[in-house]
Amino acid sequence: MTDVTHSAARTQSRTGQIVLRWLLYVILCLFAVYYLMPLFVMVTTSLKSLEEIRTGSLVALPREITFDAWKTAWSGACTGIQCDGVRPFFWNSVLIAVPGVLISTLLGALNGYVVAQWRFRGANIIFALMLFGCFIPFQVVLLPMARVLGLMGIAGTIPGLIFVHVVYGLGFTTLFFRNYYVTIPAELTKAAKVDGAGFLRIFWSIFLPLSLPIIVVTVIWQFTQIWNDFLFGVSFSQAGTQPITVALNNIVNSTTGVKEYNVDMAAAIIAALPTLLVYVVAGKYFIRGLTAGSVKG
Amino acid sequence: MSKWLEEHLPKVVLAPSFIAILIFVYGFIAWTGWVSLTRSRLLPKYEIEGFIQYDKLFASPRWDVAMNNLFLFGFLFIGISMLLGLVLAILLDQNIRTEGAIRTIYLYPMALSMIVTGTAWKWILNPGLGIEATVRGWGFESFTFDWLVNPDYAIYTIVLAAIWQSSGFVMALFLAGLRSVDTEIIRAAQVDGIPTWRIYTAIIIPSMAPIFLSAFIVLAHLAIKAFDLVIALTGGGPGFATDLPATYMYAMAFSRGDIGQAAASAMIMMAVVFTIVVPYLYSELRAKND
Repeated sequence: MTDVTHSAARTQSRTGQIVLRWLLYVILCLFAVYYLMPLFVMVTTSLKSLEEIRTGSLVALPREITFDAWKTAWSGACTGIQCDGVRPFFWNSVLIAVPGVLISTLLGALNGYVVAQWRFRGANIIFALMLFGCFIPFQVVLLPMARVLGLMGIAGTIPGLIFVHVVYGLGFTTLFFRNYYVTIPAELTKAAKVDGAGFLRIFWSIFLPLSLPIIVVTVIWQFTQIWNDFLFGVSFSQAGTQPITVALNNIVNSTTGVKEYNVDMAAAIIAALPTLLVYVVAGKYFIRGLTAGSVKG
Repeated sequence: MSKWLEEHLPKVVLAPSFIAILIFVYGFIAWTGWVSLTRSRLLPKYEIEGFIQYDKLFASPRWDVAMNNLFLFGFLFIGISMLLGLVLAILLDQNIRTEGAIRTIYLYPMALSMIVTGTAWKWILNPGLGIEATVRGWGFESFTFDWLVNPDYAIYTIVLAAIWQSSGFVMALFLAGLRSVDTEIIRAAQVDGIPTWRIYTAIIIPSMAPIFLSAFIVLAHLAIKAFDLVIALTGGGPGFATDLPATYMYAMAFSRGDIGQAAASAMIMMAVVFTIVVPYLYSELRAKND
């Protein structure tokens, strides 16, 4: 008798648990829908014709899939007076991001190595000053930067934008490498010094080979930052040198002619693809960069 | 000579970056601060006149709207992102089989440019063809959702899009925090028969205080810098209804040709960031040196 009630109670609590479990999955799925919905709407809208967009529903699948909007977005959409699509601006962004990432990562590695392993008087203060540079609102440097780029003769050029991204990326890249190298025991450097290895030799043969994970984190972080930048792009570029974020904004907010929502969405997806791809391929490192950039551990 | 170089090489390597930061961060802040005390209009002037630009700024109704928006936006954005992030992290911490996939879905918006996010939400929220039209198409003829073009509610569309973009990141931060709590203590509490919700509120969440602080700093920083999202989603409108200090500064600097106002508004933004970040950095660096 007691056995029976006992097992009945147990089944009851088991069913309760199963219901709770189901509820948990339903809630998690609802949130997944919330996060995916804008991407879904963007993709489906970009594959519809304008006619279907006007008559159909936002969340409906396209009745007839057409890639016309993608073609227009890539090579025919108008950004102001120019109508070459986002293609030239996509390449501008590549030309800005690749050197920008490489230079700031290399400098960050060297700086981090010095700050973490070759401590000298004042090294901590220098690091603190560089770290604070990560946090300033960039509005406070826009005006003087515009003038200095002019004085340097690189205002409105791609090298000018690379320079800006390198300078304001240094704080974070130094921080990433410093936090990584600080965990490597100082005895290693000391032993290598006793063996007669110099500053650069130790960096090249000991530290660099150990650095692959942090290089990946830094490269992903810097690439995402530079590719997604809008403020520097819109402030320091001119007609032919704008990055893709600026071009996308111009396409979406151009007021001439018929509003082509499908082209807007296709252009937005093209602008998002490189960083999305990085996220999907190397998500683990992407998250590590985000958390390293926030938890100064 | 080569001995001197070998001895000082670390400093020589660090010097260019440090000098660059000194000039392009601290020198530029000083320049902006100086110009904010002058009568500069289209071109910078360097004769100090006192706080006239700040007087003008604080008397400007548009700046008033921008600051109010910053506090409203910042409060809602930070509060809701933290709450949502914490709830999602706790839900995901229950041995979910598909955790990896769900985490990927929750976090991907963080990889997008705010311009892309703004473009997508602008399309979804536009009353003519977006959510409003869709719900009306389902038969709810009187359904209205016109926040994007309504001056009283447009700021909430910025909050909505910003939360969509950043809450997954907060979730990832909190999830890492939940996983770092000592499992021995949790197991001991479970053995003692303490209910799960009590374990969370009394043991796990209090031990994550540093992560709350980190999340707050990052979100506050994002909120103050939010510029792209406003430009892409509302352009600061309708009227100036969704202006933030960042868009005000940009308008003064590049379309109004009022360098003095631009510099003064940038310095106020700087001061807001300063009051939030400096105590944090100070405690972080001090804790590490101890």
